[in-house]
Amino acid sequence: MKELLSGNEAIARGAYECGVRFAAGYPGTPSTEIMEAFATYEGVYAEWAPNEKVAMEVGIGAALAGARVMVVMKHVGVNVAADPLFTVSYTGINGALVVVSADDPSLHSSQNEQDNRNYAKFMKIPMLEPSDSQEAKEFIKIAFEISERFDTPVFLRSTTRVSHSKSVVTLEAPKTMEDRTAIRCNAEKYVMVPMNARKRRVEVEKRMRLLEAFAENFPENRMEINDPEVGIITAGMSYHYAKDVFPDYSYVKLGMVHPLPVGLIREFASRVRKLYALEELDPFIEEQVRALGIEVTGKAIFPYTNEFNPGIVEQAIIGHDKILRTLPERQLPLRPPNLCPGCPHRGLFYVLGRLKVFISGDIGCYTLSFMKPLDALHSCICMGASIGMAHGMSKALGEKGRGKVVGVIGDSTFLHSGMTPLLNMAYNHSDALIVICDNLTTAMTGMQEHPATGFTLQGEKTMGVDLAKLVRALGIKSVRLVDPYDLKKTRTVLKEELAKPGPSVVISRRACVLFKREKLSPGKPLRVDPEKCTGCRLCLGLGCPPIAWKKLVGPSGDQKKKGEKQQGIAVIDLNICSGCGLCRQLCKSDAIVEQI
Amino acid sequence: MDTKGILIAGVGGQGILLASDILCRVMMAADLDVKKSEVHGMAQRGGCVTSHVRYGQKVYSPIARKNDVDILVSFEKMDTLRYLYFLKPEGTIIINTEELYPPAVNLGDAVYPEDIIESVRQLFGIVKVVDATGLAVRAGNIRAVNTVLLGTLSSCLPLPLEIWETVLKNTFLPKLLEANLKAFQLGRAV
Ligand SMILES: Cc1ncc(C[n+]2csc(CCOP(=O)(O)OP(=O)(O)O)c2C)c(N)n1
Repeated sequence: MKELLSGNEAIARGAYECGVRFAAGYPGTPSTEIMEAFATYEGVYAEWAPNEKVAMEVGIGAALAGARVMVVMKHVGVNVAADPLFTVSYTGINGALVVVSADDPSLHSSQNEQDNRNYAKFMKIPMLEPSDSQEAKEFIKIAFEISERFDTPVFLRSTTRVSHSKSVVTLEAPKTMEDRTAIRCNAEKYVMVPMNARKRRVEVEKRMRLLEAFAENFPENRMEINDPEVGIITAGMSYHYAKDVFPDYSYVKLGMVHPLPVGLIREFASRVRKLYALEELDPFIEEQVRALGIEVTGKAIFPYTNEFNPGIVEQAIIGHDKILRTLPERQLPLRPPNLCPGCPHRGLFYVLGRLKVFISGDIGCYTLSFMKPLDALHSCICMGASIGMAHGMSKALGEKGRGKVVGVIGDSTFLHSGMTPLLNMAYNHSDALIVICDNLTTAMTGMQEHPATGFTLQGEKTMGVDLAKLVRALGIKSVRLVDPYDLKKTRTVLKEELAKPGPSVVISRRACVLFKREKLSPGKPLRVDPEKCTGCRLCLGLGCPPIAWKKLVGPSGDQKKKGEKQQGIAVIDLNICSGCGLCRQLCKSDAIVEQI
Repeated sequence: MDTKGILIAGVGGQGILLASDILCRVMMAADLDVKKSEVHGMAQRGGCVTSHVRYGQKVYSPIARKNDVDILVSFEKMDTLRYLYFLKPEGTIIINTEELYPPAVNLGDAVYPEDIIESVRQLFGIVKVVDATGLAVRAGNIRAVNTVLLGTLSSCLPLPLEIWETVLKNTFLPKLLEANLKAFQLGRAV
């Protein structure tokens, strides 16, 4: 049977087809749908862990028990999970362990553009890289075979284009595997103290040599000899970009990007006249080919940054870059992403932005508050960083920073990596204020459950941690709860907590407007009474999508009798207004009223 | 048959991804190879959304290069201008007349261009202008804008109507089907 699947759906399907029944992960674009799709298959166990390191450790434990396990995360998630991964490369895994890393060239929704192929080399873990959905489904299966055969964790690397493109996939019947789980102790292999780890270190190198030999005859490392003038070594989506533009060139299409098939590459190089290494981001293949003493062109002509497309490949190789028919260049107004109408983050950040404080930000929907007109977030490095950074900044500023440093963090992000830095704040006498933006879900990546939502990935009811109690247990004495739809109260509480010495936490709680389970419709759509609107523009400071500015026409305004000086009025698009009422609270002339 | 390309573009929330899914299923039902690509994530929060669909005997890249797209389906009037460079000189454009103001226009810091359809017409031979929202309302569901535009698209493609109808029937829940079939027909008649 044929079906149209995204790369992510195909990875989940492939894992299911080859008998994988255990997966753990933490959401992150572009990887999230892998876990979501896998979790729906019959007879599987799939969990969201609070962060990638935990997911990895859950996976390692299950693999040591003999299970075949898939662990899924976005590229930066591997940074979080790197500590256990580096060492499980030494121990090996007993069952089977495949780590899916979804990279994001072009930073479509990420804080950086790191190339996780480097981890494969650094960690001495083999890595496969599919180029479309059919391959995604096949390669995850092969990854599990390699994992079992060589007693090693295996990486499957995807990129946004592979994960989020859809193509035709042939489905197969799922295999059921015999249950091979059992308690087996082998301290020498799994207790990584120096005397054991030194021995395992040698095994790692032996394994790498075996994998190098395997790579030479691996059928998915494929040589296509056509026109001998030009040869391209490539992998992943770049292969399709190149084939699209240059179907007649010769190719080495690598299914495995670490370790490389050195013999195959040498042979290919000897059979073509001009050799290119075509790869997004780092010159990972190029440098290794050059180290073999083979002349190769790569980053000299292909960009280091951003994902490729067929046009970039064509332009770099034959310099063809004309737009045949278009309008003269003109500046179109941009469409940046924005907080939704009724987003609970808006009220909180509107207030925060006016407190003249440094706002140490974190990652989530609320990061969008850095933009105008809210202008209310001043740093964002990685998940969980806001709290440690706020503390560090407050310590460095000393008296100057008193009441002036706020860290903000989402509920999912707090549970991901905010607890230890908060404990540190209590421990080291911090003076900063932390605000947990609790919208009861992981909104940025599409409403995933987390340990405070009361549900698991597979929809089972479970405990939901009480954030206020948790924060108190971490040693924070001053903990307050606010509703960010109430601007006045929010401002008062934030000011009080900023004024207090010592660390405080404010939990700003309101469900995400897109969150179906909470079924919260904040209110009825509002409208502007044009008679009362004075054109002060205060409401526009919310940056709320339905609120627009309409210029008054005519010297005294044709639409209504207004003072000569008034330039325009605010209008609200009733089709998208959520009725949250923030603008109404701001309006000094009571011009914002309910629809008649 | 060479690989052909369709680019569907608009604003997050307009049903672009569903439209391109339907289009792909139609291509599959017509025994063609097909790939599509779009970017999720940040773009959904009111930002631009594009979906490339490429089909033929054997498709490599899911995204097109410049001057390579046969049909541009623009769900938002102004956003048509962002993607003209993708079109072949002899390409077809389908424009929805809906105007969705970006924040800068809302705040009065930028103006929404007025001469869009005229200037596009000067460049490209086939431009179909569709009041998709109006037709969706007439069909009984304001959210069926995407189905209206698929209807118009279908009139530019040499594929049997039955394939489209079968795919639509397999896509929509019974309670939404009637309005969507109507929307499709209204769009196709433009
Ligand atoms: C290490 C890492 N893992 C995952 C992500 C992807 N990601 C970004 S923010 C976020 C969670 C956002 O949820 P929350 O903190 O509750 O804020 P919200 O979006 O709901 O406002 C995730 C999973 C990331 N950027 N880095």
